Amino acid sequence: MARESSDGGPERSDDDLSGRLDRLDKALSRHGTEKGGQGGTPPISTRDAQGFARAFRLSSELIAGVVVGGGLGWALDRWLGTTPLAMIVFLLLGFAAGVLNVMRVAGLARHPGQDDRPPL
Amino acid sequence: MAGAIDPIHQFAITPVLGPVTNSAVFMILAVAGVSALLLIGSRERALVPGRLQSLAELSYEFVRGMIHQTAGKHGMVFFPLVFSLFMFVLFCNLLGLIPGSFTVTSHIIVTFALALLVILTVIGYGFAKHGLGFLKLFVPHGVPGYILPLVVAIEVISFLSRPISLSVRLFANMLAGHITLKVFAGFVTMLSAALGGVGLVLGILPLLLTIGITALEFLVAFLQAYVFALLTCMYLNDALHPGH
Repeated sequence: MARESSDGGPERSDDDLSGRLDRLDKALSRHGTEKGGQGGTPPISTRDAQGFARAFRLSSELIAGVVVGGGLGWALDRWLGTTPLAMIVFLLLGFAAGVLNVMRVAGLARHPGQDDRPPL
Repeated sequence: MAGAIDPIHQFAITPVLGPVTNSAVFMILAVAGVSALLLIGSRERALVPGRLQSLAELSYEFVRGMIHQTAGKHGMVFFPLVFSLFMFVLFCNLLGLIPGSFTVTSHIIVTFALALLVILTVIGYGFAKHGLGFLKLFVPHGVPGYILPLVVAIEVISFLSRPISLSVRLFANMLAGHITLKVFAGFVTMLSAALGGVGLVLGILPLLLTIGITALEFLVAFLQAYVFALLTCMYLNDALHPGH
């Protein structure tokens, strides 16, 4: 692996990896694993874990957005000496970003990297 | 008596051996635990796995399934990173549940460093792979030009809030859980010290609650590691496929 990735770029080694994984998949399915072909079911039911994950995220995403917005504004104010102005603007922007985060977690808005796939 | 029970004391960092603190000791223990599980678990290479081998295989397949679901097959380039992060956080959380031990992940500087590692990987890989095209992440499709600056600012703040929420979630859950445990366990001794025999009987109630919370904390320890790794996958997915 190390030798293969050192002479090719990152692009090549990525293709290489997926090629090797495909071959491994084929070899494994030819082997007829005793799993019955269900392919890696996680120990805890994924739906439950995803539900918990979403719940944990909902509570913290909004706060993070507001905190980052307020912090950015505060730093800009200190840097530019425009004391209340940037903080007010960025706090509002941060609130908007926090709401956007929450909507993304709840599946009401699209992720920036996604087009047609339904959000997680 | 009340002064003897200090729920914050368990988070104090104390030097153990020269520059090595108790936090560092438990980090080393976590890494040693993960390494031992995987090395010993994969040593047998039995067709029908034993207990340790099936634990190692389950954790591999769990993380693999998570990456396939969120980042697709190309996400497997990040498998080593996601797997290491998941196992490290999981072991730190679980080791912290041993009474008297130290919880590494209850310090925000540790979780923030982990989150920063994730976000810097996303930024670094995104720019290395897509160049300036990575910036399309901040420009959603079909937005009219006159509100584009506003939307881009919101998207940038949303992106910057990721390491904060990622680190604060893990840190706050571990901190709050351990304080709750300590407080409720402290009620048992405080009741019996203050009320004698009656307090000892009454102390059964907080003791039962402590047992319940301990079980809950085991669930939280696993789920927080899962959430951390899942979000890592989703953010890395943005680095793999920004824009469209």
